Amino acid sequence: MTTKISFILNGDRISYEIKDHWTLLHLLREEMGLIGTKEGCGNGECGACTVIVDKLAVNSCLYLAVDADGKTIDTIEGLASTDGTLHPLQQSFVDNGGIQCGFCSPGMIMSSKALLDENPNATEDEVKHALAGNICRCTGYVQILESVEAAKRHMSGGGQS
Amino acid sequence: MKEFTYLTPATVEEAVSLYGQHSETAKYMAGGTDVIVKLKDGWMEPDYLISLKKIEELSELRKNEATGDLTIGATVTHAVLEKSIMIQKEYPIIYDAVSNIGSLQVRNVGTIGGNLINAVPSADGAIPMIALDGVALIQGPSGERSVAVKDLFIEPYKTVLKPGEILKKITIPAQAPRTGSAYIKFGRRAAMELPLIGIGVLLSLKEDLQTCAKARIVLGVAGPTPMRAYEAEKLLAGQRITEDILRQAGETAADESKVRDSVRGSAWHRKEMIRVQVRRMGLKCMDIIKNNR
Repeated sequence: MTTKISFILNGDRISYEIKDHWTLLHLLREEMGLIGTKEGCGNGECGACTVIVDKLAVNSCLYLAVDADGKTIDTIEGLASTDGTLHPLQQSFVDNGGIQCGFCSPGMIMSSKALLDENPNATEDEVKHALAGNICRCTGYVQILESVEAAKRHMSGGGQS
Repeated sequence: MKEFTYLTPATVEEAVSLYGQHSETAKYMAGGTDVIVKLKDGWMEPDYLISLKKIEELSELRKNEATGDLTIGATVTHAVLEKSIMIQKEYPIIYDAVSNIGSLQVRNVGTIGGNLINAVPSADGAIPMIALDGVALIQGPSGERSVAVKDLFIEPYKTVLKPGEILKKITIPAQAPRTGSAYIKFGRRAAMELPLIGIGVLLSLKEDLQTCAKARIVLGVAGPTPMRAYEAEKLLAGQRITEDILRQAGETAADESKVRDSVRGSAWHRKEMIRVQVRRMGLKCMDIIKNNR
């Protein structure tokens, strides 16, 4: 069956005719062409498909598009400014070697954003707890944690490291 | 994934009635973190998916300060429990169990009711509900009934729920004063892991702060369903709690467990960890009681 849903995607109000069995990931990538969000395992194990739904990080592969109705959704495409200036988290991942092959990066950054938006002073342990569901198969975890830490300092006004 | 029609009832009655119309061609879904995996893998192929997400009464988390009863609606997410200061302070065993289920992305969507009804032997969420003497309220075509959470499970993936029935909420009766509780999900690594063994201990002490008034020892992955170690509990009841008697309780719990070899670990290893962790969780309960005075 098809259902018409309305939601806010990266700040824009969107209406879309969807099939009930589509996942949010399918809607974003295959129907809307927003391929920044990645499909890794498709089973909620890897976090590559992480997007933010009403301020919470969720696996878009385990979230039905139909449930996006009425929600506010943020994906990696919505982070940079319209003039191309990267979000502090994106810039920090670039500057601190937080990106290797890049496949996990959108998910890592969205999980980090959900955390820092809720808790701008998150400790390293809190960052690890929030990112535990994001797997990096290049295993560059140290640089990823350093990237989040540097972004956190920048975002809280401590200046760029 | 096979196509289906998504239904969003606003009340439990409406959900039960929709199930009545579609019977075997329908499935209920709470958060969906388990159901969607099953849909993708073809283990479930419903024509109608009845979502419980829009049923407001199912998402209630409330402590009745007059009676001390805690109500946890079936669609309360793990993350809501994990972030609740009341849960962290008064029900540490719930916090211990839910804060390490899956990932934060899963906990933001996955629900305590779904964790119970999915009924895997490793369900972390079941252990605290059993240790706290939780009671499940179930509603179906023939009305409401209550079942102790310890009696909810029949075998892996199977609960006492009959077709069309919905788990509405879990009620945790008031805890006795001087109660401590703790859970450990013991696995090979800290994150994104199913437990090799799950161990929950709850102790209530008498006024002397030494004698055990009540003990609960609950094990996950120690058998086909979450189980209480009754013999180990009996060994502690009425006794002065010392590290030595907690060690004996660990031995007894390991003996009465029904652990087996599996891909994630051997029966021998599981028994050893029950021995060690029952004692450690017991000591943690004692610390919690002392620190709360």
